[in-house]
Amino acid sequence: MTVLPKTDIGPPHYWEMLPPVIQRNYGQWKYHEILKPGVLVHVAESGEKIYSVRVGSPRLLSLDTVREICDIADRYCEGYLRFTSRHNIEFLVSDESKLEPLLQELHDRGLPVGGTGPSISNIIHTQGWIHCHTAATDASGLVKSVMDELYDYFTTMKLPAKLRIAVACCLNMCGACHCSDIALVGIHRKPPKIDHERVPQVCEIPTVVASCPTGAIRPNPKQKSVEVVEEKCMYCGNCYTMCPAMPISDPENDGVAIMVGGKVSNARTSPMFSRLAVPWLPNNPPRWPEVVETVKKIVEVWAERARPGERMGEWIERIGWERFFKLTGLPFTDKHIDDFIFSVPTFRTTTMFKY
Amino acid sequence: MAEPQEEKTQEQAQASPATPLLDELEKGPWPSFVKEIKKAAEKKPAAKDHLGLLELSYHEKIGHWKHGGIVGVRGYGGGVIGRYSDRPEMFPNVKEFHTMRINQPSGWFYNTKTLRELCDTWEKYGSGLTNFHGSTGDIILLGTTTENLQPCFNELSEKGFDLGGSGSDLRTPSACLGPARCEYACLDTLDICHNLTLEFQDELHRPMWPYKFKIKVAGCPNDCVASVARADFSIIGTWKDALRIDQEAVQEYVRQGFDVAAVCARCPTGALTWDAKAGELKLEAEDCVRCMHCINKMPKALRPGKEKGATILIGGKATIVKSAFLSWVLVPFMGMTPPYTEVKELLRKIWEWWDENAKVRERVGELIYRVGMRTFLKEIGLEPVPQMVRQPRANPYYFWWPEEVK
Repeated sequence: MTVLPKTDIGPPHYWEMLPPVIQRNYGQWKYHEILKPGVLVHVAESGEKIYSVRVGSPRLLSLDTVREICDIADRYCEGYLRFTSRHNIEFLVSDESKLEPLLQELHDRGLPVGGTGPSISNIIHTQGWIHCHTAATDASGLVKSVMDELYDYFTTMKLPAKLRIAVACCLNMCGACHCSDIALVGIHRKPPKIDHERVPQVCEIPTVVASCPTGAIRPNPKQKSVEVVEEKCMYCGNCYTMCPAMPISDPENDGVAIMVGGKVSNARTSPMFSRLAVPWLPNNPPRWPEVVETVKKIVEVWAERARPGERMGEWIERIGWERFFKLTGLPFTDKHIDDFIFSVPTFRTTTMFKY
Repeated sequence: MAEPQEEKTQEQAQASPATPLLDELEKGPWPSFVKEIKKAAEKKPAAKDHLGLLELSYHEKIGHWKHGGIVGVRGYGGGVIGRYSDRPEMFPNVKEFHTMRINQPSGWFYNTKTLRELCDTWEKYGSGLTNFHGSTGDIILLGTTTENLQPCFNELSEKGFDLGGSGSDLRTPSACLGPARCEYACLDTLDICHNLTLEFQDELHRPMWPYKFKIKVAGCPNDCVASVARADFSIIGTWKDALRIDQEAVQEYVRQGFDVAAVCARCPTGALTWDAKAGELKLEAEDCVRCMHCINKMPKALRPGKEKGATILIGGKATIVKSAFLSWVLVPFMGMTPPYTEVKELLRKIWEWWDENAKVRERVGELIYRVGMRTFLKEIGLEPVPQMVRQPRANPYYFWWPEEVK
């Protein structure tokens, strides 16, 4: 008789994953310092220390690379490491004498150390063309292209504040894109094409009709299919998620939108959504030069003008969006004025504004 | 640029595909995902075909993955994302290329022994490609066949791993590293995350709800796991008494030329002031909203208070369907000690109400938006408090319950 596998055992217990110095000082940390970009020291009430070295990762890792990371952790970290919520690797060094040799090895391997304090940390991103069926753009290629260009801001701490970038490859916006200092979002610009022969076979019509945020889809009983009121469609692709017979991807019209000014931290100001800065830039693989150039421009205008400690969104709130568009030279269009369901509170209801 | 050839001889099919566009992404200082796929492709035909298919997407500027079919492992309704390529004739080794979501250890800490064991199994059954980690927090094992799912799971289960969530179920809870390495932690985020994950295994593994439900646990209001943006149910560490000031350590900052007044200037409520003459940092505790700004700037001198617990927020989600929502306050302060009975009971009440009342694919925040907070609060038995709103309504269009009028 075959033995059935155990089910519902849950994840491996975190305690086994913690270096002994963390086990000894769990919940007893006193303070931390950033020694240099990418290198943190945490000091416990007991006086014990742990050093963390933050390394950028492409998130998509081959097994050979995972094993190389393990080799490094075995050599310098007694076999312990972690990953951050932004896909970085953190090597956890208990023995101070191993810190510099680790940094040397990481340098020799060309691995970027950084992403701490007022820097650009790794870009949170989604699967894109790597593995997603609803992608309007690739995510990994955009990340690589943007990080190559902004690399220096990862390995140094010369920005006014931290800068968090995220990429979502479609309007589903997986990956907290909607609350990032800069968000790159894959978008469509044309309504879905309906394959009337396949809709009745592969789609549940009431679900498709209900999936549309603007009520643009209605049943087409004659063909046992649906129809799209094209003027009401804002190309979110939610119908395609529910119904594979309504493809919406379009190589020439899909592209990338840029939203700015979001944050999740409560520090100083409440969490904020990212808001539209650029409605569309073309999908131009492999390096998306238009997107990279625009992101760089936004970062540099902010870096030059923000006060110390001022996140992108806080800076824009202070100077006003009208000034943001003026300073960045980004065109303001009818796309920037909200016409979805929560639009009115975004309209200016005062005579106070700048030119 | 020449289009990739549709027809391939047997020999060509075995050679690595030409990838002139992706090769561009091997250049530059940031670690290259293309190099990773190529590394895997040296060993695995599936990774090689994945590379070829991706190059095709780069040429055509369109994805080549179809909607998932129903695949999985025995006893589970979720945890595996079925994925099929739309060009199986060109790239037969990614005809089936399913994802397995593996529940990560709390806080994404690993010992290398565990990671290597995971690698060995995936080497045997998968494409050799992984994500550390997916958006929700799981370890993502990217690409295997339908046939390999069950044996891969069996071996992973033997080694102490389990699947994460997918579909209309509880998605894998995640947490910041909390007390493991952060002096700001007001909660034992790792334990809460692990404990809730074990408590709700059935909800995690057997989709039975209107839609997905996410829980994230952040140790302090810095919210490093973005729970306010990404979780239907955000558990954020906070404190109720006054933050603690070590005046000696403040003096040390001053001696080192640190601008304490500048920190106070950005206190959002003016609760913190710097008395330069007296050399004293003063706090109006009642005015402090616990935003973390001053603690972030002066971690050696300032720390959260002693009465620690969580603020519970509800309703966060990304855009689809009714716009993105940030979570909003549901319980201003809840003590969080094992076995976390109060938060578990609250979750069960919310799920019961949501499951009963939501439309298909309606997140809990959207349901509350549709029917109103008053209905939601009544159903789950919570009293309205001013901490729940930024400001009261500005219109007179409110409902009365029948028992409130004669």
